[in-house]
Amino acid sequence: MTDIRHHISDPLMAAYAAGNLAHPYALVMASHISMCDDCRARLTAHEVAGAAVMLDSDAVAVSADLKAGILARLDEPAPKEVVYKKSGVFPGPVMEALKGQPPKWKSLGFGVRQSILEDSKEGSVRLLYIPGGEAVPEHSHNGLELTLVLQGSFSDATGRFGVGDLEIADDDLEHTPHADPGEACICLAATGAPLRFSKWMPRLFQPIFRI
Amino acid sequence: QQDYSDQTVWMLAVKQDRDRAAFARLFDFYAPRLKGFVMRSGVSAAQAEEIVQEVMLTVWRKAHLFDPHRAQVSSWIYQIARNRQIDVLRKESRPMPEELSEELKDGGSPQEDASQIMAVEQEAQTLRMALARLKPGQREMVEKAYLGELSHSEIQAETGLPLGTIKSRIRLGLEKLRHELKELRADD
Ligand SMILES: [Zn+2]
Ligand SMILES: [Zn+2]
Repeated sequence: MTDIRHHISDPLMAAYAAGNLAHPYALVMASHISMCDDCRARLTAHEVAGAAVMLDSDAVAVSADLKAGILARLDEPAPKEVVYKKSGVFPGPVMEALKGQPPKWKSLGFGVRQSILEDSKEGSVRLLYIPGGEAVPEHSHNGLELTLVLQGSFSDATGRFGVGDLEIADDDLEHTPHADPGEACICLAATGAPLRFSKWMPRLFQPIFRI
Repeated sequence: QQDYSDQTVWMLAVKQDRDRAAFARLFDFYAPRLKGFVMRSGVSAAQAEEIVQEVMLTVWRKAHLFDPHRAQVSSWIYQIARNRQIDVLRKESRPMPEELSEELKDGGSPQEDASQIMAVEQEAQTLRMALARLKPGQREMVEKAYLGELSHSEIQAETGLPLGTIKSRIRLGLEKLRHELKELRADD
């Protein structure tokens, strides 16, 4: 756990604490926090700040029967909620998105596989499986991209990302991520706009200048 | 235990003894503040009360997940309130980190560590006071951020947002909390 070196930034954490991130990003946040005690503690600090805003809001009297209504409902059975726990390399929030099932992988060629968890106008989030030494498929970036490593590691010009590390890539970042040789890299990646693997060509066969 | 804040004492009574009188006290304290807070986002009074009702029922139902060693009552409730609001207004649920305290249920509840609980409360108090001392413009940005009115890029672009205040409090004060989490992990 202490090996995690790339964490959630404060602006992202504040936006997550306020519930103000698009669903695909929030899923990556929740997954990183599930794996990272530092960020769990930092989230709490942001929630304390949020609570300060809540407590300092002007109180507005509630209607007379609200309290009695709630007290009368305390014996109601709580709605059943399924709690998804970490399974293999997948943290609880990913298992929830998978509804407890193993991912359905689709081949992208060259051993690279993806499993799309969500693809909507809110953005997209997917699992990627990249064999060691293989490159991440070429894709167009539209806005912020968050990538969380669940297994193995990848490297790009900005550094090396191991299990639990989160890469925060803005659209101006030109990166050519490669899974490091060895164990396959599995990551969870979210983008704002639906991600398109337009003309997929492994970068292994392209000259690499930026690494 | 008399040194704990009232809210912590009531919340622990709800968690440990399913104490309805203590829950009623929590309601009296939080419901009007929650309603005011929720209405600041432009929610109608009627819908705000629906959200307050859901939040308070969640507090009762999920009391076993409240861990005073890790979170102050108000921050725990803030997080529930934001979830309910997203639920009602955006019809979606916010992905949440895996719970740690669920894991403790089988192994029995952890020994109550009064000094850790006090430390969490004091940290929260100090942070709240630091926020209260901000210049009005900065204070307004903080409010917008935690009311969910600023996106991540707006927060990043907004140089007036004093995230440094929060950051330094984290650095100073949450060491113990990190330690606590580490011990929780060691138990799995
Ligand atoms: Zn982290
Ligand atoms: Zn990318």
